[in-house]
Amino acid sequence: MSLANLRRLEAEAIHVLREVVATFSNPVVLYSIGKDSSVLLHLAMKAFFPAKPPFPFLHVDTTWKFREMIEFRDRMAQDRGFKLLVHVNQDGVEQGINPFTHGSNLHTHVMKTMALRQALEKYGFDAALAGARRDEEKSRAKERMFSIRNAQHGWDPKRQRPEMWKTYNTRVGAGETMRVFPLSNWTEFDIWQYILQENIPIVPLYFAARRPVVSRGGTLIMVDDGRMPLEPGEEVVERMVRFRTLGCYPLTGAIDSEAATVPDILREMLTVRTSERLSRLIDTDEAGAMEKKKREGYF
Amino acid sequence: MSYLHSVPPHDLAVHLADHDGKAVLRFITCGSVDDGKSTLIGRLLVDAKLVFEDQLANLGRVGSSGGANGQEVDLALLLDGLEAEREQGITIDVAYRYFATAKRKFIVADTPGHEEYTRNMVTGASTADLAVILIDSRQGILQQTRRHSYIASLLGIRHVVLAVNKIDLVEFRQSVFDEIARDYVAFAKTLGFVSIQPIPISARFGDNVISPSQNMPWYEGPPLLDYLETVPLDPPEAERPFRLPVQLVTRPNADFRGYAGQIASGRISAGDPLVVAKSGQRSTVKAIVTFDGNLATAVEGEPVTLVLADDVDASRGDMLVAPASRPFVADQFQAHVIWFDANPLLPGRSYILRTETDSVGATVTALKHQVNINSFGREAAKSLQMNEVGVCNISTQAPIAFDSYQDNRATGNFIFVDRASNATVGAGMIDFPLRRADNVHWQATDVNKGARAAMKSQRPAVLWFTGLSGSGKSTIANALDRLLHARGKHTYMLDGDNVRHGLNRDLGFTEADRVENIRRVAEVAKLMADAGLIVLVSFISPFRGERRMARELMEEGEFIEIFVDTPLEECARRDPKGLYQKALAGKIANFTGVSSPYEAPENPELHLKTVEEDPVALALKIEAFLDRHREDQ
Repeated sequence: MSLANLRRLEAEAIHVLREVVATFSNPVVLYSIGKDSSVLLHLAMKAFFPAKPPFPFLHVDTTWKFREMIEFRDRMAQDRGFKLLVHVNQDGVEQGINPFTHGSNLHTHVMKTMALRQALEKYGFDAALAGARRDEEKSRAKERMFSIRNAQHGWDPKRQRPEMWKTYNTRVGAGETMRVFPLSNWTEFDIWQYILQENIPIVPLYFAARRPVVSRGGTLIMVDDGRMPLEPGEEVVERMVRFRTLGCYPLTGAIDSEAATVPDILREMLTVRTSERLSRLIDTDEAGAMEKKKREGYF
Repeated sequence: MSYLHSVPPHDLAVHLADHDGKAVLRFITCGSVDDGKSTLIGRLLVDAKLVFEDQLANLGRVGSSGGANGQEVDLALLLDGLEAEREQGITIDVAYRYFATAKRKFIVADTPGHEEYTRNMVTGASTADLAVILIDSRQGILQQTRRHSYIASLLGIRHVVLAVNKIDLVEFRQSVFDEIARDYVAFAKTLGFVSIQPIPISARFGDNVISPSQNMPWYEGPPLLDYLETVPLDPPEAERPFRLPVQLVTRPNADFRGYAGQIASGRISAGDPLVVAKSGQRSTVKAIVTFDGNLATAVEGEPVTLVLADDVDASRGDMLVAPASRPFVADQFQAHVIWFDANPLLPGRSYILRTETDSVGATVTALKHQVNINSFGREAAKSLQMNEVGVCNISTQAPIAFDSYQDNRATGNFIFVDRASNATVGAGMIDFPLRRADNVHWQATDVNKGARAAMKSQRPAVLWFTGLSGSGKSTIANALDRLLHARGKHTYMLDGDNVRHGLNRDLGFTEADRVENIRRVAEVAKLMADAGLIVLVSFISPFRGERRMARELMEEGEFIEIFVDTPLEECARRDPKGLYQKALAGKIANFTGVSSPYEAPENPELHLKTVEEDPVALALKIEAFLDRHREDQ
């Protein structure tokens, strides 16, 4: 007896979600508002039905997210009735950290990694669920479903626990936390197919529309607000674009596309020859970028 | 991954349904270091055009500076995603890759070859259907080939592809291939594989990876990808009995009580009878509740929430099962265990045993034998070292529900977790329950502990003195014994040296023997407490794990840990038995504090410092503690 692909992935993720609730005292979902987070939210609604998901959703806001993402986040929290926590690293804000003057690396470290660490400590969460997938990036391909972080939130790839069958070791010591990735075995294509099948709402930025963009170093950056400084010779143009992945707007490239619906996107994916994270500048700002960030506590 | 189509399908819905329904083959690549496992997967993905252009371009960039093959693109770097892996040119941890062809979907776990990372190979193997075992044509069958083959078989993998790699380096000679294939089939015959397919391969140049090689006209079998696409997967299991390990009890309100879990085998329909495995209570399924509406029937693999017709007592760790075919419920069983940790498995030491949803204290009561990885023969062993496999009798503190691993991979497995570090230190596959678990019942006696203690007008206790040799444990215990005796209390003193003259005379001072030493003494202390006595145990007992084990044997509040804290220099200065002098001269092996560690208690009930006070004063302190905390003493 074997379930079809999406049913199998769904079952696996629900099992992991339930396992977290059964074995941790204070779990949280890291809600980044992207397509994977949206799928994770949907799965959490399923896993505990008829109860509501028994944990809050935490958005670590760098203050540089697309405006449409923030609107979507607040609407979803209201519609689905989940508890939304928003955390901003105020130290970073006071220092005026931003991706333009300080570069993607420092910005990500202060406004995402440090902010996440602050939030986990502030609320005393012992497990943080997130929608990361192994097919995104090759150091993520190496990560376990249950991934232990030390008291400093660091990830040590050599200290990963063996993970056999569905028998997870969920014990953590004092100060340690667990990152949990129920969507580990999903691919980008699976995510879109599931969004179609389950009719899951997502941020409209994933769909093609005419948007103001600047072409910078071969990447199309959307001008989402007045904070974006133009370099000499740069010009804002309207282009039919969409996003394959969403992060901070100055660090996330758009792609030229006509795909305006989920089926359009799936059709487009069948012809695409480049990876999803190509448009994420933070993955390529140095060799081994993602692994380094994860060692410091990025998820 | 990348996607198979370069033109969009005419009918997306049909394409998606077809894609979703494709069979999935989960496989691992394994074998010795440098056999080319990561390169093979890289080659397979690149040649089948399943790698995105930017990832391939990026590969060229890293490969030209750090790749093992100089200017040539190093395909292994597609998978070796950790910096340490790129530095050392080896695979440390499992990489999972996902790809699909027109015929099948694949999940491949590229697992490490290095012996040190066997635990990561086991991680990949535990969920795989097939193993691609690589062999370097120049090396033939190595110890890791045998180890990985044995582990694959142990974990239930039934199909093997023997990828005889680097065949280009032996001039594509058929004789080399034939000999390796023959040797492998001969040694693997006891491992119970259903199929073994040898394929001569050059992962570096792509021979026989996705298309037949022109360099080996003598090879008539399929290339690797063809074989993976067509190897018959095990036919669906004949209907297996229903098993639902209870993960979570869902109680959103007073009117709803549901048992959530993922069905491990079989099927269940509304109205079906079932049984709670541990208690034997019966009920029927009132409803199968899901977010998408109630189901009439649910099958293996589905995550469901069952509502039962009756109030039964079931919680996480229990199992809801078919009444006609129940799992075993026992607290003693035999299992095959693979050990992962640098600290060896020691019989008698207490670990946490975790099944899919249950968690319980457990000890290995007997290590029956370990398996020699070269001959697959049985060898006597007193402990299991890292990466060794052994057959053990295991005793758990409470009964667990399980099947044999052979019958059910999901309900027959467990892991061992270290109590102090929380590391996953071993993995187990249950063979069968031990008959003694069924047949030896606790004999209920009419005169019980309470009656015995009442006659003595006291509450039984186990006063556990721990500390370095020469710290003053026995002196203080002796003083306390006199005080209690004078008050008419019934006591007995167990002294480390005295017990070693009789009950434990067969034990030495290795770590394994020390664990057994403490286990026996703790059991004796427990019997004495059951007889109503106040037991004074004076033992170095250097390891937290064993003291915790002793504590857990006793009733709540009965075990009183007394840390006799004397600095090592002071103990050595006193040296009442002249042992420190010998130990420091290197004449005594495994001497606590000198050549063997002492783990001080973290939260003892009493912490006595002997440098400032004399033994009688300290004994009075203990007496006062007993009076204060145990009113009726």
